[in-house]
Amino acid sequence: MTMLQPDEAETETEAPTAELKMTARDVDVFYGTNHAIKSISVDIPDKTVTAFIGPSGCGKTTFLRCLNRMNDTIRNCRVTGEIRLDGEDIYGRDIDPVQLRARVGMVFQKPNPFPKSIYDNVAYGPRIHGLAGTRAELDEIVERALTRAALWQEVRDRLDAPGTGLSGGQQQRLCIARAIATAPEVLLMDEPCSALDLIATAQIEELIDELRESYSVVIVTHSMQQAARVSQKTAFFHLGVLVEYGETSRMFTNPSDQRTQDYITGRFG
Amino acid sequence: MIGYLFLLIILAGAAGFFINRRAARARMAAGERLHSMAAFHGAYAVCLSALPALVFTLLFLLFEGPIVDAILTASLPADAVADMDPGQLSLVEAEIKSIARGNVFGEPEPWKRDAAAYYAALRHNATLALWVAVIAILGVGLALARRRVSARFRARHRVERVIGWIMLACSGTAVLITAGIIASLLYESIRFFEKVPIGEFLFGLNWEPQIPIREGQIAGSGAFGWVPVFVGTLVITSVALFVAIPIGILSAIYLNEFAAPRLRAVAKPLLEILAGVPTVVYGFFAILVVAPAIRTAGATLGIDVAPNTALAAGSVMGVMLIPFISSFTDDALSAVPQTLREGSLALGATRGETMRKVLFPAAIPGIVGGILLAVSRAIGETMIVVMAAGLIATLTINPLDSVTTVTVQIVTLLIGDTAFDNPKTLAAFALGLMLFIVTLGLNLVALGVVRKYRELYD
Repeated sequence: MTMLQPDEAETETEAPTAELKMTARDVDVFYGTNHAIKSISVDIPDKTVTAFIGPSGCGKTTFLRCLNRMNDTIRNCRVTGEIRLDGEDIYGRDIDPVQLRARVGMVFQKPNPFPKSIYDNVAYGPRIHGLAGTRAELDEIVERALTRAALWQEVRDRLDAPGTGLSGGQQQRLCIARAIATAPEVLLMDEPCSALDLIATAQIEELIDELRESYSVVIVTHSMQQAARVSQKTAFFHLGVLVEYGETSRMFTNPSDQRTQDYITGRFG
Repeated sequence: MIGYLFLLIILAGAAGFFINRRAARARMAAGERLHSMAAFHGAYAVCLSALPALVFTLLFLLFEGPIVDAILTASLPADAVADMDPGQLSLVEAEIKSIARGNVFGEPEPWKRDAAAYYAALRHNATLALWVAVIAILGVGLALARRRVSARFRARHRVERVIGWIMLACSGTAVLITAGIIASLLYESIRFFEKVPIGEFLFGLNWEPQIPIREGQIAGSGAFGWVPVFVGTLVITSVALFVAIPIGILSAIYLNEFAAPRLRAVAKPLLEILAGVPTVVYGFFAILVVAPAIRTAGATLGIDVAPNTALAAGSVMGVMLIPFISSFTDDALSAVPQTLREGSLALGATRGETMRKVLFPAAIPGIVGGILLAVSRAIGETMIVVMAAGLIATLTINPLDSVTTVTVQIVTLLIGDTAFDNPKTLAAFALGLMLFIVTLGLNLVALGVVRKYRELYD
C-alpha cells in the first residue's frame, strides 16, 4: 500500500497551511458485503476547493456522501471510521444528521430543482431552518443566494416561474443557490457539470472559484482539466483506495504514484 | 354438427400451417433466401383457409335463421294465415318448428305438418350448403397458399396486415359494445321521458316510484324526482371518501416513506387484500357489525339513529375504497424522482418536511386522479348499499338518517313484477343514464388529471 498520509503530502509542498475544516480517518464503507471504500483518510481545508478525481466506480461519490451522511438514506450502507467537522465527530451519537446537512450542503450530479417556483426553491432551506424572521429578510436571502450563484440577473423578473422550466445550466445554478441559501459551511458537489454543456460548465466553474472565498468546497469530477482549473487540493481515488492526495499543481505536474501518473496521462480511466 | 365443422376448420388451419412451413423450410434448405421466415408462410396458410372459413361460418349462422324463417313464412298457405296478426303468426311458426323437431302436441292441422316437413328440409339443406361451402373455402385457400410459397413472396407483410385487421376488429368490438349500451340506455330513457317530463325528473324533490303496474293494484300515485336519490348517493359517497381518503393517503405515505422494508413487505399485500373482498361480504359487515355498533353508540350518546344509516353503508364503502386510494398514492409517491428526495434531505430537511413540502405536493395530481376514480366507484357501487342502505328516498344530508342511492333504486325498480312499458320500470334506465353521465364525467376529469401529471416529469 503506497497510500500517502495527508500530512506527508502536505510537507512536500510549501502550500499555505489553511485551517482544517473536515478530517476523515480510516473511513470504510460497505454496501452489504461489498467493501466500497477502504480505509480513507483525508483532510479538507477551509476556504479551499478540494477535488476528488478517479475513474468511474472508484468510490469518489460514495466518500463524498459520507461527509454529509447522505449514505444514511441507503438501507444496507455501513460507514466505519471517523469523520470530524470542526473537530466534532459527525457520526457521533449526539449529532443529528438533519442538522449536519444544514451545515454541509450538497449539489448533485443532475440538476434537481423542486417542482416549485424559483423563489420557493431557494427559500426552501431558509424556511425549514427558520433563517428569516420576516418576508423581507427571506427576500434578501433569496436575492443574495441567487446573486452569488450568478443567476439573479437572469431570473429576477420571473421568480414565480417554475424552477423546472429553466435550462440545464440555469437549473444547476439554481440548485447551487438553493444550497448556499441555507448558509452551509461546507459545500459538496457531485460532478455538478456532468449534465451541462461547455458554456454552462464554464459559468459553474467560475462560480465555484468565487464560492471558495466563504466556503470549503469539495467537488467530485470526472474531468481532470476541471480539477486542475478549479481546485487547490486534489485527491485521486482508485478502486476504493485513496492513492494520492496533495496540492493540485503538484499532482498534475509531478505525481508521486505511478497509478496517478497513468490516470492523468490518460492511460486508463 | 356445428362442433364438427369448427373442428374441421381448426384441423385444416393447422394442417395448412405445417404444410406451408415445411415447404418454406425445404426451400431454405435448398439454399434460397426467403423474404419471410417459414413460420410466416405457415401463418399465411391459416389466414387464407381457416380464417375466411371461420368468418363465413359465423356470418352464415347469423343470417341462416332469419332467412329460413322468411322462406317458411312465405311458403305458408295464404288462406290459413291471412287473418293472423304478427304475434299469432310467430306463435304458429314456433309451433311448426317444434313439430319439425319432433315435439308434437295434440293433433296439428295437416298444413302445419307439411310446413314442418318443409322447414326440416330447409334446415337440412342449409347445413349441407354450409359444409360444402366451408370445405370449398378451405380447399381453395390451402391450395392457393401452398402455391404462393416462394422466395420472393412477402408472407410476413400479408400476415401482419391480417393481424392488424384482427386487432382493429377487437378494439372496434369494445367501442361498438359501449355504443350499444349507451344507445339502449338512451332509447329506454327517452321512452321514460315521454311519460314523465324531463324537468320533473331532473328537478323533482320527491321519489315515490311504486305505481301500479296493472289495473286494480293498490299503490302510490308516483313521483319521479331524482334529486333525493342522487343526494342520498352523494351523502354515502361523501361518508365513504371521508373514511377512505385520510386512511388511504396516510397509510400509503407511511408504507412508502417511513415503514421498515420488512413491515412494508407484509402490510402492503394485506392492504391490497381489502380490494379483493367481494362487495357482498362488505355488505354483511355493514349490516351485522357496523350498523348495530353505530346504533348502540348513538343510543349511548342519546342520539336518534335510523337502523339503516348512510353512515354505516358509507363507512364500509370507505373501507372498500382504501386500497384504491392508497395504491394510487403509493404509485404517485414512488414516481417522484429519488433526486428530489435527496435534494431536500441534503438541505437539512427532515423526512417529514421532505414528504410534506416536496414529495406530497409533487404527487398530488396522481393522488387526485386516484380519488376521482374512487368517487366513480363509490357512486356506482351497488351491493353494499343494497344490503345496508335504506329504500325510502328522504331528502336529507344527515348521515345518521336513512337514505337511498341511485343504484339501490335501480335494483328495486327492476326486481319483481316488471312491465317494460311502465314508467316505474323505465325510470331505472333514466337513473342508469344519469349515473353513467356522472361517472363518465368524473372519469374524464380523472384521466385528464392523470395525463397532466404524467407530463410533469417526462
